Amino acid sequence: MSLLFIVALPFFGALLPGLMNAAGRAACAGVTFTVSLAAFIGLLTNLPTVLAGEVVMARVDWMPALGLSFTLMLDGLGFFFALLILGIGLLIIAYARHYLSRDDHMGEFFTYLLLFQGAMVGVVLSDNILLLLVFWELTSLSSFLLIGYWKQLPEGRQGARMALIVTGSGGLAMIAGMLILGQIAGSYDLSVILQNRALVQADPLYLPALILILLGCFTKSAQFPFHFWLPHAMAAPTPVSAYLHSATMVKAGIYLMARMWPVLAGTPEWVVIVTTAGLVTMVLGAVIALFKHDLKALLAFSTVSHLGLITMLLGTGTAFGAMAAMFHILNHATFKAALFMSAGIIDHEAHTRDIRRLGGLRRLMPVTFGIATLAALSMAGIPLLNGFLSKEMMLDEAYQTTLYDLPWLVPALATFGSLFSAAYCFRLIGHVFLGPVRDDYPARPHDPNPGMWLPPALLVVLVVAIGVAPFLAEPFVKLVTASVLGGEAVVPQAHFKIWHGLVPALYMSVIAVAGGLLMLALFNPALRLWDAAPRPEAKVIFEAIVEAAARLSRALILPLHDGAFTRYAAIGTVAIVAAGFHAWTTGTLGPPTRSPQPAGPVTIAGWAMLVAAVGGLVLMHRNRLLALMLIGIVGLMVSIGFVFFSAPDLAMTQFTVEVVTIILLLLALNFLPNRTPVESTVLRRVRDAGVAVAGGLATFGLTYHYLLRDPVRTPISEFHLANSYEGGGGSNVVNVILVDFRGFDTYGEIIVLGIAALLIYALTETLLRGPVRARLLNREPDQPRAGDVHPMMMVVLTRVIMPVVLLVGFYIFWRGHNEPGGGFIAGLVVSIAVVMQYMASGFSWTSARLRYPYHGVIGSGVLTAGLTGIGSWFVGKPFLTSDFTYVRIPPFQKFELATALLFDLGVFLAVVGAVMLSLESFSRLARRAHMPESEYPMDIDPSRVILPPPEAGSVREGA
Amino acid sequence: MELLVASAIGILTAGGIYLMLRLRTFPVILGISLLTYAVNVFLFASGRLTVGAAPILRDDVSGYADPLPQALVLTAIVISFGMTAVVVMIGLGAFLGSEDDHVDDPKGPVDDLAGGGS
Repeated sequence: MSLLFIVALPFFGALLPGLMNAAGRAACAGVTFTVSLAAFIGLLTNLPTVLAGEVVMARVDWMPALGLSFTLMLDGLGFFFALLILGIGLLIIAYARHYLSRDDHMGEFFTYLLLFQGAMVGVVLSDNILLLLVFWELTSLSSFLLIGYWKQLPEGRQGARMALIVTGSGGLAMIAGMLILGQIAGSYDLSVILQNRALVQADPLYLPALILILLGCFTKSAQFPFHFWLPHAMAAPTPVSAYLHSATMVKAGIYLMARMWPVLAGTPEWVVIVTTAGLVTMVLGAVIALFKHDLKALLAFSTVSHLGLITMLLGTGTAFGAMAAMFHILNHATFKAALFMSAGIIDHEAHTRDIRRLGGLRRLMPVTFGIATLAALSMAGIPLLNGFLSKEMMLDEAYQTTLYDLPWLVPALATFGSLFSAAYCFRLIGHVFLGPVRDDYPARPHDPNPGMWLPPALLVVLVVAIGVAPFLAEPFVKLVTASVLGGEAVVPQAHFKIWHGLVPALYMSVIAVAGGLLMLALFNPALRLWDAAPRPEAKVIFEAIVEAAARLSRALILPLHDGAFTRYAAIGTVAIVAAGFHAWTTGTLGPPTRSPQPAGPVTIAGWAMLVAAVGGLVLMHRNRLLALMLIGIVGLMVSIGFVFFSAPDLAMTQFTVEVVTIILLLLALNFLPNRTPVESTVLRRVRDAGVAVAGGLATFGLTYHYLLRDPVRTPISEFHLANSYEGGGGSNVVNVILVDFRGFDTYGEIIVLGIAALLIYALTETLLRGPVRARLLNREPDQPRAGDVHPMMMVVLTRVIMPVVLLVGFYIFWRGHNEPGGGFIAGLVVSIAVVMQYMASGFSWTSARLRYPYHGVIGSGVLTAGLTGIGSWFVGKPFLTSDFTYVRIPPFQKFELATALLFDLGVFLAVVGAVMLSLESFSRLARRAHMPESEYPMDIDPSRVILPPPEAGSVREGA
Repeated sequence: MELLVASAIGILTAGGIYLMLRLRTFPVILGISLLTYAVNVFLFASGRLTVGAAPILRDDVSGYADPLPQALVLTAIVISFGMTAVVVMIGLGAFLGSEDDHVDDPKGPVDDLAGGGS
């Protein structure tokens, strides 16, 4: 199966458990298992190729310009990890089906699990390091969801957050490191980077890249000093702990160190950093684990310790160390996952994980006892079990390693760590299973059904098989080691054997096991000593750091972001002007290439009117109605300016938009105060005027200078002018650009317009449903109302004008392709015609005669435009390719039919719908309950016989 | 002519900025509208000023106005109407909800970071 499928399967499969949740727990787990199994089988189909020593590749270009392509690679190392992820994943899924209770949402759990599985497989199969980073972050996110799966538990939420913060920040560091590495090697493909050992290690940026990448690895793999998140992540359901926190995710950091081994390892920096971190983690984890009473916490710290062991082995930088590391990953994955599942079984059956409340389970849970004991003995390093073999190799490697010029340091610490490791394994067996049967368990423990114990049992079979017959695992481990070494070193010849003779490693092993037994015998005094000893609490330190970071950001953000809009606006303006000023003073200005055009008296008069209107607006803005009139004049002068400077389309658009904007603002002003009170101090107004003048001068200078210069490059307008008629079939180039050349932009714009209108509608609805409604209903108008709200003159006039305006709109629309006009302008004109009916005859009268809701008009417009665009697909052209032809229907003259016209119809409809929906929403606010809604178009109709109504004055309310 | 257009844009901008820095919603909206005019004219002027030559193709004409800025500004005008309407609606909703049309939040920002510990 293609690697792309193997990675994609869990992601797509993640959709299924959620869908299958309603179908029952078995179906939900079954479908998850099937997805995983399919990926697992897909992986196995690649086994022969991998065994032959070849590398399977798959590639899809994603963003080649960024060096980011979807490249996957499968070699021995990738295969090994993918096998662990998918294989143990299958066991975990089977186990989780029985572990989760009926209250747990199983579909959600399995969705997260498959997401995690896909991300994890992606990490180990990525050839491109940028892609690897994407998957890496995905594992952090999905593990966050899994750890916090029991949302009701505060420990779960805190543990999830801590894990995300630690691994996420590590991931950020790693992104930087990977980018540096990619820059050094000149490629983001692992297969290229791995060939460039000498180049990378000679680079001055090698050390920063190494440290940043190791930060990512250490946080992910819970290495000291980042080990503290892992025990807190144990608040997760046990299947998650077994899967993520022993077998897979915490090995991602180890995987990456192994993957990068050929380029990064072997330098003194590598040896010192990695070996030290590993050694400290190993010893620390083992010591803490011994004194933990929670079974899962014990296992968590033991995992920390074993991860440290593997890290230390990789850190030594020798081929033998790498081989031992790979072997121990395999062994640890088997016995630790089995132990976690056993812990889950005990928790599930005895309802407690506290070792102090357990004991004597040997008789009550014989099957679990057998599984857990074998796994624990393997972890302790007892011969004939697989843990012994890799631990021997580790001790051997430690014996050969010298750190800080102290030959005894590494062997002594390794033995010390192994001693504690053996001690906690013995404690696990002794304090949980051995001893007398108690009568105070929270629940009566018994062996679970086979669905729960079979998965760990399968793993224990592996533990024993490898332990007894190490030659079974040897070829595979050597294959994996070969791909770790990547040709930089030779795979060691040493065979995996149970008996090596009387070598130092054996003595160290014996010391560790004997010491472990002794430690268990002295456990109670040792525990008292441990409890009395002061030690830093990692969680407290972590929270103090988070709190300090939050305080810092608060101190930085809150003074700047203090809720004063005017302040942001002023700061923004000053910053932009300052940036422009900097560019102005540092750049060079070419000589003017255009001569100024002369200005006639009419032009100057127009300019003077515009300036007067703006000045008046600024000076008299406190009278809001007057301000509205003045801004209308400004808009009008701008429209006239557009006419003058050869832009008839713009002038028509500006003019019509001006009308609807003023109506809109009038509607709003109906509710707002009529005057703006004087609030700001003189000083403040002077400051604002200063900012405003600076901004105005800056735009003036910029505009003036570029108006006198030709464009630096020939604008693409020439293309549009040349091709408008030939290619677009229209002589109004502006319209052809809108509906043809840049039709896709226009399509986006009418959608934005429609969304804006819907937003206004939604806001109105929210207002009318909330407490504002009562206030609106009881509002007393601050101005006297007119005696005739719907005056006869206006009704008659707008009725007469309506067909004329519609005709004009139709004409403007139809001619738009060749003469000034088009859908935008026609839409605005028609909107004005309809708005006039609202103004004349009132809201209720008009909406009662409204046949199509405006939402539908917007939708039909966008649909028409979209379908026109799609239509070109049927003739094999890209989206929105237009076509046109000329037809002649007697008695008319020959005229043109273009598909662009249909698109323009969509624009027209969208504009009408959007403008009308906005204005209608505003006027809905003005309706009042105690105003009777007139069913007539006007208040006084000479043709209507008015019977004396019981409440004749009600229409004149407020007069 | 160039001087007139450039100064008109400058004056529109200055007026817009000044009104935008006022304390109530209505003048701020007017200020944003003025800025919209300024920006639209500015964009339009980037096609340089042409008098008496519309971008309508004719057989006997050789010089045309630059059509591209015109097309861009045309949609910008319509969109700016939509945006003005949204801003007015938000301002109106805020006023109706609180009987207060100040743009600055007197209480200062809500400190969301305070609840980080649990």
